Amino acid sequence: MAELGAGSLQVGDPALNYQERELNERLKRLYPAVNEEETPLPRSWSPKDKYSYIGLSQNNLRVHYKGHGKNHKDAASVRATHPIPAACGIYYFEVKIVSKGRDGYMGIGLSAQGVNMNRLPGWDKHSYGYHGDDGHSFCSSGTGQPYGPTFTTGDVIGCCVNLINNTCFYTKNGHSLGVAFTDLPPNLYPTVGLQTPGEIVDANFGQQPFVFDIEDYMSEWRAKIHGMIARFPIGERLGEWQAVLQSMVSSYLVHHGYCATAMAFARATETKIQEDQSSIKNRQRIQKLVLAGRVGEAIDATQQLYPGLLEHNPNLLFMLKCRQFVEMVNGTDSEVRCFSTRSPKSQDSYPGSPSLSPRHGATNPHLHSTATDSPTCSNGVTSKNKSHSKYPGISSSSSSSPSSPSSIVYSESNSTDSTKSQPHSSASNQETSDSEMEIEAEHYTNGVADSSSARIMNGTYKHEEILQTDNHSLGNGLPADESDQPRQLCGGNQAATERMIQFGRELQALSEQLCREYGKNPTHKKMLQDAFSLLAYADPWNCPVGQQLDPMQRESVCSALNSAILGKGCECSGSLSHFFLSLSHARTHTNTQMELLQFIHQLTGLNNLPDFNYPFQSLIF
Amino acid sequence: MACMLEAPLRISVLSEVTATSRHYVDRLFDPDPQKVLQGVIDMKNAVIGNNKQKANLIVLGAVPRLLYLLQQPTSSLELRTECAVVLGSLAMGTENNIKSLVDCHIIPALLQGLLCQDLKFIEACLRCLRTVFISPVTPVQLLFTDPTVIPHLMSLLSRSQRTQEYITQIFSHCCKTPEHQMILYNHGAIQNIAPLLMSPSYKVQMQALKCFSVLAYENTQVSMTLVNVLVDGELLTQVFVKMMQRDRPIEMQLTAAKCLTYMCRAGAIRTDDTCIIMKTLPCLVRMCSKERLLEERVEGAETLAYLMEPDVELQRIASITDHLVAMLADYFKYPSSVSAIADIKRLDHDLKHAHELRQAAFKLYASLGANDEDIRKKITETENMMDRIVSGLSESSIKVRLAAVRCLHSLSRSVQQLRTSFHDHAVWKPLMKNAPDEVLVMASSTLCNLLLEFSPSKEPILESGVVELLCSLTQSDSPALRVNGIWALMNMAFQADQKVKVEIVRALGTEQLFRLLSDPDANVLMKTLGLLRNLLSTRPHIDQIMSSHGKQIMQAVTLILEGEHGIEVKEQTLCILGNIADGHTAKELIMTNDDMLQKIKSYMGHSNVKLQLAATFCVSNLIWNEEDGEEDAATAHKGDDTGGNPVARGSQERQDKLREMGFVDILHKLTQASDPNLCDRAKTAMQQYLA
Repeated sequence: MAELGAGSLQVGDPALNYQERELNERLKRLYPAVNEEETPLPRSWSPKDKYSYIGLSQNNLRVHYKGHGKNHKDAASVRATHPIPAACGIYYFEVKIVSKGRDGYMGIGLSAQGVNMNRLPGWDKHSYGYHGDDGHSFCSSGTGQPYGPTFTTGDVIGCCVNLINNTCFYTKNGHSLGVAFTDLPPNLYPTVGLQTPGEIVDANFGQQPFVFDIEDYMSEWRAKIHGMIARFPIGERLGEWQAVLQSMVSSYLVHHGYCATAMAFARATETKIQEDQSSIKNRQRIQKLVLAGRVGEAIDATQQLYPGLLEHNPNLLFMLKCRQFVEMVNGTDSEVRCFSTRSPKSQDSYPGSPSLSPRHGATNPHLHSTATDSPTCSNGVTSKNKSHSKYPGISSSSSSSPSSPSSIVYSESNSTDSTKSQPHSSASNQETSDSEMEIEAEHYTNGVADSSSARIMNGTYKHEEILQTDNHSLGNGLPADESDQPRQLCGGNQAATERMIQFGRELQALSEQLCREYGKNPTHKKMLQDAFSLLAYADPWNCPVGQQLDPMQRESVCSALNSAILGKGCECSGSLSHFFLSLSHARTHTNTQMELLQFIHQLTGLNNLPDFNYPFQSLIF
Repeated sequence: MACMLEAPLRISVLSEVTATSRHYVDRLFDPDPQKVLQGVIDMKNAVIGNNKQKANLIVLGAVPRLLYLLQQPTSSLELRTECAVVLGSLAMGTENNIKSLVDCHIIPALLQGLLCQDLKFIEACLRCLRTVFISPVTPVQLLFTDPTVIPHLMSLLSRSQRTQEYITQIFSHCCKTPEHQMILYNHGAIQNIAPLLMSPSYKVQMQALKCFSVLAYENTQVSMTLVNVLVDGELLTQVFVKMMQRDRPIEMQLTAAKCLTYMCRAGAIRTDDTCIIMKTLPCLVRMCSKERLLEERVEGAETLAYLMEPDVELQRIASITDHLVAMLADYFKYPSSVSAIADIKRLDHDLKHAHELRQAAFKLYASLGANDEDIRKKITETENMMDRIVSGLSESSIKVRLAAVRCLHSLSRSVQQLRTSFHDHAVWKPLMKNAPDEVLVMASSTLCNLLLEFSPSKEPILESGVVELLCSLTQSDSPALRVNGIWALMNMAFQADQKVKVEIVRALGTEQLFRLLSDPDANVLMKTLGLLRNLLSTRPHIDQIMSSHGKQIMQAVTLILEGEHGIEVKEQTLCILGNIADGHTAKELIMTNDDMLQKIKSYMGHSNVKLQLAATFCVSNLIWNEEDGEEDAATAHKGDDTGGNPVARGSQERQDKLREMGFVDILHKLTQASDPNLCDRAKTAMQQYLA
């Protein structure tokens, strides 16, 4: 082989060319929507993005371990050349274990850029892995969960990332092992890690046919999405695609409470919005409270604006209260925040009284650590972007925690003129909240009057880009911010802690009462247990149950409450808009616009598409 | 609504309804054929979707008249067709409607109608026949009574998509027995139906697919034929594989997976074939997922259980696929507490399927854990698994109980589980309850395992009177129950103490014991001999039992040695003799029986090595010198203080007698035997003479 290769170097290795051609064809077939000029697909391991104990060979496809392999400190990983493009929809690669080496401590998985390479995938934040020695899955944690069988020499392990629902599953020798991870962030790189001498693995990014029938899996998802779109009720308006699209966008905006945007959209498209504007704002306000971690106030507001709602939904109420408890631990709930002296937020007083009016809403947009634009917020990883120097002046003093980089999203604002927000955002001032939104909404309206809906989304994303810079500048510019200091229980305040303990008792009592009235509920029990477990650790943010404190966890509570207010079951209402969301959210900023257009293409292509088996790619262009 | 009306009014409303119905029937008797036709058409419009109207018309005798008009050659084709349509509509109603129609001999009339040339009329008849035949109240045999029917139906398959759909649907519902399968097979069902898998109509495809699944089920001949069938140049198995693609409708995936499963189980496809391992198995696992409908999950789990039952490799793959073991735990969560509060309809739906789900899950667990210890461990470690089995054993539904006990039986093959979780959960308690035979068979098999010597459950089971239960099983009419009963007794007697052995003999009674020795079932006989052998171990036990039952036992042994039995039976019997020869006093029963000694001698020269070994073992025991042989003697360990001298003298006498009878010559010959074991044993025996 070596001789052959040397001989053919001048003319180009025909075998290599053939493999290259096959790779191109396979990738094109698997990921037809990916524009490789903008978002290249992973084709090999990166010689630059690896730990020194990793050696690469065979066109950077073979990985071998060359360290001492004494203990876990000698672990070493390598990432692929590129992150998985969101436009893949479903992405898959396989790794063959050529040799398990001494101990077979091999991890296969995913990690974000910047994650320490002196580790096995899965041990750190934004890193995920399946390990061969014990068959456990590691989800950003040093402790694994029992997941699948062990694997060793000769086995082929596959890793599939589903970017539609942000999950991941593995395969062993072509057999699917079931979901390993959920709520994955975007922009992950295929990653392998080795730890003992002699370990060798080969990657297959599409150079060879896969052992697992990934195309069959993809076809199922295509059918699922087609079905979802086909089932979307369009009523009498068959063929009126523009109207359908408009109402879809509009109902999406209304559902999530993007009031001003919805209004602007309605004006621009000359459509009507069903729900009363003030009602949308109410919902939005409540949502914001939840997403800001101020669940207590959200409960009060809900009880006042929608009397009876929570009384009829004891499960929801319980879920909210549990969340409130978690936020107390976090130090974000107003019941404990008012004790705090450290936080600048402490000056805000939210009376939580019935006098709250929508105009002077109790919301401070800067607190929206996960904000209404929820899916984007899960982009925790992207905070490591290098773009921060571009907007050094923008800063937010109120970002609640470093784990929520996109912490000041005003999703409702959609400003095309991002700099406008600058003076407000630095102010961290109560006054800004709603009026500011309105101002921005005005800007936005101007922008939208002569632009397509795709532009709107573009606006959002542009804005988001700035947000990420915010977070960085926050680190640089505000040394006194709490993000630089270790976080403390209830913000470190004694009175707040006592209040929290008392609240915990009340919660326990509520749980017992619900148990008496409705019988045992294992979900409740689990929620309560998890929440209370936080107190068992010195540093709740870095404990096995610490994930609860992640502002991202507010989203599900928020959407449950929102759906309840709208009187819908969680899933059914937004199924299409959720899909819409999920398709658009996990994108890199550059290709968002294009991908959205592709998506709309898909939708509008629908009237030619009565059949489930219609090939997917033909829809895209 | 009606019940709120006052009595006289209610009657008047009813009579009014009857009056209009009566009017429809009356018009069928109009002398003007045109008016009759109009009457039938009006009737058709009146009954659509109206079950009450349908019942009324049937009560008022519309059916015989409609059938008369349908069969009358003088009727216009249009009228005959409309009659068939109305009858089809009536059949769509309740089960009672179907019964009435069948009682009016609608089936032969409609089958007769199929001989007509007019396609529309044929389709109307077929549609009605379809509706009648798919009802559970219709005896399927009616399709097969006239032998000309099936070939005619086959010939009609080419007429139209509708005929294809209806006929294949009739076939798939009426093919219930191997005879039915063979009738259809012999009339070319495979060749005729295979092309329909490529039909542009989804309904036709599906019905054709269902036909293949019922044809292939447990039928080797059909399955073997199916693997070689080509459809449009493609092998049928490949067509089925395509139908399992994940973007196909679930119903199609599931049915195609069933076809391949049945073909595999019938031996036509190997279990290591890619289409089974990589396609059928994962497809069936997907059918068990939470996303599927409850019905699909039941069917998926049952089919998967059936597919992998005999193959450990498939069990291993399934056990790692998509968290199947954990996925199945969800089958026990219906009706969920949420569904109870949230939604009555959902609760009703869940309740209906709850039993089916549970039994399907148990079946699948049973299959998964049939062979592999690791999988069994994984199953027993699933949340609340043992509790679920225990409560499943006591459920009212026989199906669930049977599945639960099957599951338990499968897990009971694990030594580790027997020692741990089985004991912790006292699973044996529900096993001892009375139950229908089918459940008892599995329950007693499981008890067999629980009574194994090392099982910690053995003691509590004994104390709760299991001996009586097992003895009563040995008197059952079912051979399976007799085997299990005696088998469990055999396990129980293994290295048991005297008390238990006495209890077994007492409870069983010698009469029953000897009845079992002449049982027609070879398995029963084998296990009974095994029981005897276990009873006759350790010297004091041997002597005690032989002193009370020696005569009968020797008789039984003689009978078996003289009878027509397999090698295993005879070997086991010779082993019993060997054990008897190990007793102090029991020996004499053999030594004084020259006939028996002759038999032993002849078995020493038997062509089968196993029998030679057993016979030599027996002789070896007979001539054993007590003084130096004590430790080596096969079973003797304790209670041997009866004084050496007289016994030693006894051994000398026995040796002399056997020498006289020519045993030494045979032993000598056997020391030259090619089988090393036999050779060794003969040498050891010879040493006794030298000592």
